[in-house]
Formats: sequence, structure tokens, C-alpha cells
Amino acid sequence: MSAPAMGTSKTAHTDSSNKKKKGPGTLAIAYLVIYNVVMTAGWLVIAVGLVRAYLARGSYHGLYYSIEKPLKFFQTGALLEILHCAVGIVPSSVVLTGFQVMSRVFLTWAVTHSVREVQSEDSVLLFVVAWTVTEIIRYSFYTFSLLNHLPYLIKWARYTFFVVLYPMGVAGELLTIYAALPYVQKTGLYSITLPNNYNFSFDYHTFLILIMHHVFSKLFPQLYFHMIRQRKKVLGHVEEYSKVE
Amino acid sequence: MGHVEILDAKTKDKLCFLDKVEPNATIGEIKSMFHKSHPQWYPARQSIRLDPKGKSLKDEDVLQYLPVGTTATFYFRDLGAQISWVTVFLTEYAGPLLIYLMFYFRVPFIYASKYDFTTSKHWVVHLACMCHSFHYVKRLLETLFVHRFSHGTMPLRNIFKNCTYYWGFAAWMAYYINHPLYTPPIYGEQQIRLALIVFLFCQIGNFSIHIALRNLRPPGSKTRKIPYPTKNPFTWIFLLVSCPNYTYELGSWLGFTLMTQCLPVAAFTLVGFIQMTVWAKGKHRSYLKEFRDYPTLRSPILPFIL
Repeated sequence: MSAPAMGTSKTAHTDSSNKKKKGPGTLAIAYLVIYNVVMTAGWLVIAVGLVRAYLARGSYHGLYYSIEKPLKFFQTGALLEILHCAVGIVPSSVVLTGFQVMSRVFLTWAVTHSVREVQSEDSVLLFVVAWTVTEIIRYSFYTFSLLNHLPYLIKWARYTFFVVLYPMGVAGELLTIYAALPYVQKTGLYSITLPNNYNFSFDYHTFLILIMHHVFSKLFPQLYFHMIRQRKKVLGHVEEYSKVE
Repeated sequence: MGHVEILDAKTKDKLCFLDKVEPNATIGEIKSMFHKSHPQWYPARQSIRLDPKGKSLKDEDVLQYLPVGTTATFYFRDLGAQISWVTVFLTEYAGPLLIYLMFYFRVPFIYASKYDFTTSKHWVVHLACMCHSFHYVKRLLETLFVHRFSHGTMPLRNIFKNCTYYWGFAAWMAYYINHPLYTPPIYGEQQIRLALIVFLFCQIGNFSIHIALRNLRPPGSKTRKIPYPTKNPFTWIFLLVSCPNYTYELGSWLGFTLMTQCLPVAAFTLVGFIQMTVWAKGKHRSYLKEFRDYPTLRSPILPFIL
């Protein structure tokens, strides 16, 4: 869920300029640079907001409220990335990107926003921090890649920080969903009961539990180990070159 | 008399050398010979091609008509464990038939225990059970007695995917239709009657198309011909559509949706429609490629629309 979308673009961003002839045009590249710069700035705003709130209050509890609006705005804005893939200016899978963005949007709106009682939970801070650091690195990575000037430090950070950030983010997300469960069950949030004219029912509480199971047992391990393999592939080469030199 | 060598398509290792092969030997016969030296690769899972990345040769292809020298070099790819189409169809259709009945008879542990083995008080629920069961019995019988399959087998993993789809949706639909709190259609008898007419009409239509397609193909053959309308009025839809079997199938499920007024049924109809449209478009495209004189008025699945 807090996956920095590594699996999707792989190393295509650095390769796209030499391999693919039919890639994004100059206008598209200009737009993407602006998009990624704006997103980097947005998440920096969130980072700064968190630090300032922490310093002002002297505690790390309830920091969500200080960055609630920019978090919602910039995380929801990421939906554009699905469009980028669909239109073809970004060489990633629509399905994979869609899945990753939707999971973030789901957590932001359908869990954290919808269940007020969890907003003061510490688990929220856990995933917000993970997302913030990840996204700052990820969007600057894309920006520099598009401009063909990717500092090795950013590449290294992108393919290394996830080792800690991804489990941290997933833990924060799962704990938040877990905290929401009793309130969802009590209020019947987003649930439809029988009888009704469409002969259909939906229990949001059970749905959340199933999601937790799926993320923990299948999704997270799969994605995490995929990214570890990606890391070896991307950062592995450089170590060989330095040995030769 | 020629020789045949078979290499692995990926590693290019020599897997088998067959000497003194008759020029009129078919690929099918060569596959049987290859199977003898490699018993784990039965013919159905062998893909034999002229080029490592090329298309598979057909079993009917004859050695001497292929662009090869005295020693023919073929490349082999393992298609993985295979399962026959008939087996897959029977399994994927028997599931919904039985599963739906379990919900209909309210077998224990599905609904609250006070409802165990009770029956619904709504007559449309009994009708729906009859229609659903009829539909799958028809499909099973068609699999056994009507359909003539082009391919004998498909990859084994397909049976898990297909059964999950059919069995899963059947359980989901059946749960609501046979639920003690089921709500019958808003427009009552009128709606149910119309729905039943649509359903039956499309069942007969679908069956008619299956018979027409069967008659296009002599027993044991894999020939492909353009289907045309026959004396049966239900086949006249061939004038407008390439795959009317899918058109009628959509119609049947729309009828069933109307009859039960159940959202999961609508969802199943929608997903099925999407899949059948993909198949219809593919079939339509291959008709166009294979036959120069293919009728231009026809659409893949919906007259004039899709």
C-alpha cells in the first residue's frame, strides 16, 4: 500500500530516452516535469508541516490534523498518474499503478477521513511519515530522470529507503484499519443490509478484515520481495562498475 | 526418407533425433515418436515449431510440405500440464448446478439455523432455481453431445481460474436469491413473465446456434467454415452477428437478472458480457482474416453496435 510504485516503472525512466522511440513528446515531458516538481513540493510541505507541528506541540500525537488538507490534496492528486499511464506518456502498467494509487486513496478517504476516531491514533503518523519520505524521494527521482540528470544519491535512496519505509507504512496502515474496525461495526459505515430491492448486501467491517489479511499475507510479502530484487538489479550494476575502475 | 531432430526452443539442446521418418508423416505422428523418448511430455503438451519463437505447427501438417531439408530441425516448447476441454467444461458447469441447489435447499451453515432445509415463500425463487439448473444441465449436455472442439486441451491452471469464476459467482448469486430476506421483483408477475420469455427465447436461440455450428463441422474434423442462417429462425441472427451464441447467452442472463432483480446477477451478466465481447471480437477478426468473402453486415456480438 505504501509501496513507492517501484515495480511499475522499473528502470524504464532512465531507459525510456534511449530504448523507446515512441515515447512522450517534449510537451508531455514538460508537463511531467511540472507534475513531479509540484508533487515533490507538495509532499515537502507536508513534511515541513509535520515537523513544525511537532516542534510547536512538543509531542508527536495528533499531528494528522496539522497536515490533513495537503495530505488529502496531494495523495488524491496522484490519481493523475493512472491517467499518465493510460495515455502513454509514462511507460508503466495502468493496472498496477491504478492499484497502488487506489490503495493510498482508499486509506486516506475510506478509512482515515471516514472514521474520525482513528485520526488521533499514532498508527496514522506511522504511515503518513512513511508516505511523505517515500513520495519526496520518488517524485524527485522522476523529476531528475525526466531531465536526464539523476544524482546517484536519489537513485540509491529510492531503491534503499523502502527497506524500512515500506514495512513501516504497511504497519501504520494495518494498525489504522484495525483501530477503525470497532467503529465501523458499531455504526454500520458503508454497509448495506438485507432486505432491499437489489437483493445485495455489503459488510464494510468484514471487507476491511479481508483486506487486512490480503495485504499482510499476500500483497506485502510479494511486493516487498519484488522490490528487493529490483534493488539488486538496479544498484547491483554500479557496484560491479566501481570494482572494474 | 528424412530425419528429424528436435531441439529445445530456449536452450537449443538436442532433445531427440528421429531417423528414417516417412516424408508423409504428420506433426502429430512425430509428437508421438518424441513422446516415446520423453514420456513426461505427452503430445498434448508439446509445441513443435520451425522457429524457436515462431507459431506452433499443427498436428495435421505433413513433414514433406514443410520448408525443411532432409533433416528437419524443429524446436520444442513445453506447454505445461494439459487438461482436456471436455473435463474443464464439465467441472466448471457441474459446480454451479450443485452449488446453487445447496443454497436453494438451504443446506445448514449458510443461513441462520432456523431456516435450515426450509423453502422460500416466493414462487419466483423456485422459478429461478429451475431456470438456473436448466441452463447448466443444458450446458453439460451440450459439452457431452453437441460441441466439436478445435483444441483437445488447455493448460491445467485454467481449470482453477475458470472454476473459481463460475463457482464463485454461482455461490454469490445463489446466496441472495435463496436468502430468507429475498425481495421479489418490483413489478411482480409482469416483470417475471417478461423475464422468463426472454430467458427461454435466448436459451432456445443459444442451443440453435450450437447445433448450427456443430453441423458446419463433420465429426472428427477441425475444418472452419462461415456459418450461415438455416431454416431455423433462431439462426437468422447470423445475418447480423458473427457470434450469436454469445448474443443469446447475454440475453439469457439479462432475462435472469430481470427475473431475480438481484445485483450480483447483474454483475455476473456484465462480467460475462465483457469476456464474451473479447472472444467475439477475436473470432470475428479471424473470420475476416480467413475468409475473403465474409459478410460485411455482421458485427461481432451486438447487431450494428459491437
